[in-house]
Amino acid sequence: MAKPMTIEEKMYLIRYKADKKSHLTILDHQECLINCDDKICTIFCPGEVYKWEGDASRMFVGYEACHECGSCRIGCPNDNIKWEYPKGGHGIVFRLA
Amino acid sequence: MPEQYDVIVVGAGPGGTACAYKCAENGLNVLLIERGEYPGSKNVMGGILYRKQTEEIIPEFWKDAPLERTVVEQRFWLLDKESMVSMGYKSKEWGQEPFNNFTVLRAHFDPWFAKKAVEKGVTLINETVVLDCILENGKVVGVRTDRPDGDLYANVVVLADGVNSLLAKSLGFHKEFKPDEVALTAMEVLNMPKGKINDRFGLEGNEGCSVEIFGDGTKGELGTAFLYTNKDSINIGVGTTLSGMIRSKIKPYELLEYVKNHPMIRPYIEGGEPVEYLAHLIPEGGFHSIPKLVGNGVLVIGDAAQLVNAIHREGSNMAMASGKMASEAIVKAKAKNDFSEAALDSYRTSIYDSFIGQDLKKYKDLTHTFENNPQYMNEYIPLMNKAANTFFSIDGTTKWEKQAAIMKSFTEGRGKLGVAKDIYKAWKVMK
Repeated sequence: MAKPMTIEEKMYLIRYKADKKSHLTILDHQECLINCDDKICTIFCPGEVYKWEGDASRMFVGYEACHECGSCRIGCPNDNIKWEYPKGGHGIVFRLA
Repeated sequence: MPEQYDVIVVGAGPGGTACAYKCAENGLNVLLIERGEYPGSKNVMGGILYRKQTEEIIPEFWKDAPLERTVVEQRFWLLDKESMVSMGYKSKEWGQEPFNNFTVLRAHFDPWFAKKAVEKGVTLINETVVLDCILENGKVVGVRTDRPDGDLYANVVVLADGVNSLLAKSLGFHKEFKPDEVALTAMEVLNMPKGKINDRFGLEGNEGCSVEIFGDGTKGELGTAFLYTNKDSINIGVGTTLSGMIRSKIKPYELLEYVKNHPMIRPYIEGGEPVEYLAHLIPEGGFHSIPKLVGNGVLVIGDAAQLVNAIHREGSNMAMASGKMASEAIVKAKAKNDFSEAALDSYRTSIYDSFIGQDLKKYKDLTHTFENNPQYMNEYIPLMNKAANTFFSIDGTTKWEKQAAIMKSFTEGRGKLGVAKDIYKAWKVMK
């Protein structure tokens, strides 16, 4: 069996034109800390945008790698993610499929 | 005096562009707004484009459009851990005009399609996000964009802004979709020389093959994996309902790696060079999830209207057809100079009377039935593999004994009544 590709390796295949400002906002970091045990957005996000930083009790949002799929907005059990489109022309740029 | 159009279409995917094209062809003044750098740069689909609905927008488009391959074979694999039951249909007729469907790469096809609309007179602006619809006295009269002085006005605004239609939601046409109404799909494009693809899939020249994969590819969750052949690349992807991903705590890219390394799949893609990784949501709520489609001065089409038939991987064709139907309603409304909800309502009836409404109605309970009854994916598909194994293994056992063993294996877990119920349930949602 071939060694599985990591998400980091996959991300090298993608063209991004990141804005300076995040289009994804955690509305309340306390909500993630207190009312969300499995931090599911850190699992299902296809771009691994969300990372839980336990020491800081904070959800880190690497919006630059966002595929703009919308899963986090729909899948957050606490409706705690404000989801907007990146500024026109910014964000991910698919070149093929 | 602000800029005034007959029609503003939000989103230059297949649906939006089809609508803009047909409106312009009928003499309307159309603005098509795309948030990406170019049409297709924000869009993902597995890669199957059906001929019929595309042809109804642009006759004989295949003579000019950037298509990949002409699909002559559709395969279905029912996958277990180390085996599969395989079915399919191959036809030389599909390789000849007028063709059945094609593989395409969206970032190649969509800009071409939008260019055709521009040739018809559509004004296309890229790199522009529509933030809001502008309302006056309960009627949509235009859109607010993220450009400076970016308000634009029109008699009709068409929302073709895809699965994440924040605009339709903001108008109250639907609530936020739930995780079981959308499917999260991750895919990759793997470069591979044309000759190698033809050898592996048994193809000649520019013939293509599509493979839909059920069962172990999604680790028993409701969903499919797929393999589509392009000219000199392969699209491989896998998706399940978002609720399935959440329930089983699957990382989509790890599931994709699982599929790529599956012993039944790996030999087809071995040596392929990954060149792009993509993810997207597919609106798979079906009939029950279709939002309000028409308002005063506004129509919703394509993915934004949840017009996807997941069972038959139809989406872009429904988007194009809905775009065309929207254009017909708009042209009629323009003739009467009445853009009220009542005047535009023929779009809604067209959708529900057409193959789109009828097909989605046919399968209206299918997704939820399969979602709530995981045995179809994670019990019956392995059982079918075991049955095939028993049947095709020559080991001195009589065929009577084999059949009895197969029947027993099917009823062992769920009981005879349970199996009968499952068959009835499946028949009911498919009939």
